[in-house]
Amino acid sequence: MSLALPLAQAEPVIPDFGRGSSCERNDDALFCWSWVKDNWSDTLQPALLQHIALTLIAISIGTAIAFALALAAHRRGWLTTPVVIVTGFLYTIPSLALFQLLVPFTGLTRTTAEIALVSYTLLILFRNMLAGLAGVPAEVRDAARGMGMTESQLLWKVELPLALPAIFAGLRIATVTVISLATIAVFVVDEGLGDPIYNGLQQTFSTELIAAGGLCVLLALCSDALLVLIQRAISPWARAVRR
Amino acid sequence: MNDFLDALDFIRDNASLLWQLTLDHLALTGAAMGIALLIALPLGVWLGHVHRGSFVAINISNIGRALPSLALIAFGVALLGIGFVNVMVALVVLAVPPMLTNAYVAIDGVDPDAVEAAQGMGMTPAEVLLRVELPLALPLIFAGVRTAVVYVIATATLAPLAGASSLGDVIVDQATYRLPGVLGAAICVAVLALVAELLFALLQRAVTPRGLRAGSREAAETVGPQPAATEVV
Repeated sequence: MSLALPLAQAEPVIPDFGRGSSCERNDDALFCWSWVKDNWSDTLQPALLQHIALTLIAISIGTAIAFALALAAHRRGWLTTPVVIVTGFLYTIPSLALFQLLVPFTGLTRTTAEIALVSYTLLILFRNMLAGLAGVPAEVRDAARGMGMTESQLLWKVELPLALPAIFAGLRIATVTVISLATIAVFVVDEGLGDPIYNGLQQTFSTELIAAGGLCVLLALCSDALLVLIQRAISPWARAVRR
Repeated sequence: MNDFLDALDFIRDNASLLWQLTLDHLALTGAAMGIALLIALPLGVWLGHVHRGSFVAINISNIGRALPSLALIAFGVALLGIGFVNVMVALVVLAVPPMLTNAYVAIDGVDPDAVEAAQGMGMTPAEVLLRVELPLALPLIFAGVRTAVVYVIATATLAPLAGASSLGDVIVDQATYRLPGVLGAAICVAVLALVAELLFALLQRAVTPRGLRAGSREAAETVGPQPAATEVV
């Protein structure tokens, strides 16, 4: 390489626009780890956090509503059937349709997504809470009353702790369901793991959708396991009985 | 509310298109359900009959629930490409777990005394299965089928993303059909799912042996659209 080389004979300067590894540029593999590494902080991580936020909000609101409904139905039995019919109706409407049907009211917002997600938790949570409360043996209730407990003491100190396994079973199903359904929320709001999945669907490059879909499944399984651990931690007495 | 009136107008003006898409939707649902039934029921019934594989049979529906339908369809596109068959495969994957779990739990949970009595009467294992276990388990098995049907109808809405036709065609194509079209199709999908749910609830009642009917209302209600794995901790 002599410095005297005429400029015209030098290599043409092509700026290197192609980012990432050859596997990304040539799209020759089903899955590129390097893409995941490069896009973790600006695509996958935010989507994952939004997904967790969507789920937590939906589960919290759903639990509060279902809890109120279950308590009411526990006291007044006739409420059970109408609540099951209404929440069952909501549960049956396909998610994509429900999201769209809410758009005229709440627009393309996070609120729309949350209303739909909450509505899917109600049937599961309500039914399990009620089953848990109904499963408390009558003798236990009598014993508690005999000890002089008030109705609210009976509820918080006796009935709810005994209903915990059923309530948690419902929470686990609801959480996993919401995590899975929250991907569909991408049709109304660009949030959560549905976004990279939907992006990936529109390209031939498959890494993005596999990574995001995989994260979603992983999130569901981890949340499920976490709920099991929480349940064990807050109901130490159940372990002794179960084993 | 105006949007919904426009949506009803859209349904009226595009009845033939929506009808065609509904038929496509049902074809996709039917094909997927047919295959899923052939896989899930014999396997679940057999596992329940021999009381084996409870861990797999019960947990498969938990795992199935964790699979996001959108991701599953997306995987299908990535691995198999686009088209009717590939969407169908994704739907089969979603439909098998709830039916398998319910079939297993239903047969496995048949009162052992009833089975023993049947054996004492000299029934062969096949007779025990066909004449005692299956009839007693039918309501719960049917609950699983019902769950799966509603789930598959809901997910078939996503089919156009993977190149198959369904009512979702209109829903995901707001650019062409505008909001009234999207809402109109969404109403159709919702009605379809609700009708299917109702139809299968009635069928479930019809297949319940008369002797079980009094108590079965309660059983069916606690199972409902949720598989019996609810109580698995």
